Amino acid sequence: MSLGRRGGLVALLAPAVVFIVFLFIYPFLYGLVLSFSDPSGSFTLANYERFFGDWWERRTIWVTLWISLPVTVASVALAVPFAYYMRRGIRGEKVITFFLIVPITLGTVLVSEGMLTYMGPTGWLNQLLMAIGVVAKPVRFTHNYWGVAISLLIQGFPFSFLMLLGYISGISPDLERASQMLGASRIQTFLRVTFPLMVPGIAISFCLSFVAAFSVFPSAVLLGEPSGPTRVISISAYHWAFEEFNFNVASAISIVMAAIELLVISGVLVWRNRMYRGASIVGKG
Amino acid sequence: MRGKFGLSGILFVIAIVVYVGNVLGILLTVILDSVSKRWYSGVLPHFLTTQWYAYVAQDHDIVNLLVVTFVVAFAVVLISILIAMPAAYALSRYEFAGKGLLLSLFLLPMIVPPIAYGIPLAMVLYKARLAARVIGVILANLVPIVPFMILILMPFIEQVGANLESAAQMLGARRPTIFFKILVPLALPGVFTAGILSIVKTISTFELTYLVAGGRSQTIVVALYADAYAAGARPPEAVDALAVIYFLTAMICLVVALRFVSPTQMVFKIR
Repeated sequence: MSLGRRGGLVALLAPAVVFIVFLFIYPFLYGLVLSFSDPSGSFTLANYERFFGDWWERRTIWVTLWISLPVTVASVALAVPFAYYMRRGIRGEKVITFFLIVPITLGTVLVSEGMLTYMGPTGWLNQLLMAIGVVAKPVRFTHNYWGVAISLLIQGFPFSFLMLLGYISGISPDLERASQMLGASRIQTFLRVTFPLMVPGIAISFCLSFVAAFSVFPSAVLLGEPSGPTRVISISAYHWAFEEFNFNVASAISIVMAAIELLVISGVLVWRNRMYRGASIVGKG
Repeated sequence: MRGKFGLSGILFVIAIVVYVGNVLGILLTVILDSVSKRWYSGVLPHFLTTQWYAYVAQDHDIVNLLVVTFVVAFAVVLISILIAMPAAYALSRYEFAGKGLLLSLFLLPMIVPPIAYGIPLAMVLYKARLAARVIGVILANLVPIVPFMILILMPFIEQVGANLESAAQMLGARRPTIFFKILVPLALPGVFTAGILSIVKTISTFELTYLVAGGRSQTIVVALYADAYAAGARPPEAVDALAVIYFLTAMICLVVALRFVSPTQMVFKIR
């Protein structure tokens, strides 16, 4: 590598490296150091003990996983057949994808705010369900587990779906045709050809949907019971940072959160590698 | 194609109708509630009023909220283009030791939950006296957008192809000239796509902005959350009126964006 080229490379990468070091790595290390120190600055494990030693704090991990994992699995499980169905394009695709992107664009705050009225005891949804006789009494959709789960699903499903749709349309149709020409049935073709090819896409969309669901914060506060059944780990971290102003414990909780997140993602990637080997996409893509 | 109206087709249509119906229901209730008075029961409100918008205008400095929202969105996009463009170029054109490591480092902010890095980041920004100011909100919002942009730009730059650059080099052009005269114009559609997607994303980013924003550096979505959180402090219809203002802002940007990009590009393009 010539000196001039190396200099050029360094110049090109320098802004991004400075950015990632100062705005991501340094704060993260700063948080890591804070999480292992007491207010005077000496080493301690007390912050982690405080989190793991308190049942009320510790259970936020299960509460969060109990909301985010089923929602992520449901989003991806729903998204796979839909993306598969739309892989060659269908009529009205533009309108459908528009309505899918709207809740993602608007974000959790607006969706949660709207759900409070729409799914409330006298909201349209309950009026409709009672009018068609599905239920006799209004169903409680808000201020509980289900409110949070539904709001996450309303955003998680289109997110996984659009990601998978982008992925699946890059899988060459020739592979399916070849499989059918060789005598495989539609189900065999799906199970033996298309689905294995979708696995890397499914794994990544699962990871990214899980990141979004796991860090659930606004909808857990607005639509859930933030002081009880939906006190998720983000609420706990926020509470320690900005209500108790104990940044040491808050940092410890942030680190725990990131660690769990990375653990789940590594698990998914291991699954992906066992499921799938070989070239992913033939032709375009 | 067999089974166009088969079982899977029917299920598909039902699911889409249920989904779209609920999304529309959520949005329409917000809009209707914001112009209604004492809508406690019934399918539609009995009295219509615009008083809640007047209430919001008194309650919040709407102009300031809008200005901050757009200043943050545009500043984040401009700065992240300046950071991401050269990096994406280097990553898609050159092979060098540690490239894979660098790429995963750049993508790390995408798989760590925003609250988990947002809290330490907010502490650092508070210590540097940058938080609770617009500059702090811009810095915090850069963290997820720069990686997002690098990821979108890389395939566009790969598409331009190295041949044109070699040709220019052979004809005696220097590297900076090649970068600005050949690559930047040819990659412009990609830059534009990435820019528009980032604006839409930044306007709806909640967690990071919420952690670092203070009174006058709030964006609309943060103000909306604060209002909805303090339910009871103001009439619910007034919260919905602010929600409609946010909804219109985000929708205008989305509709503009969808003229240039497809919805599948709004989420990550995974390859």
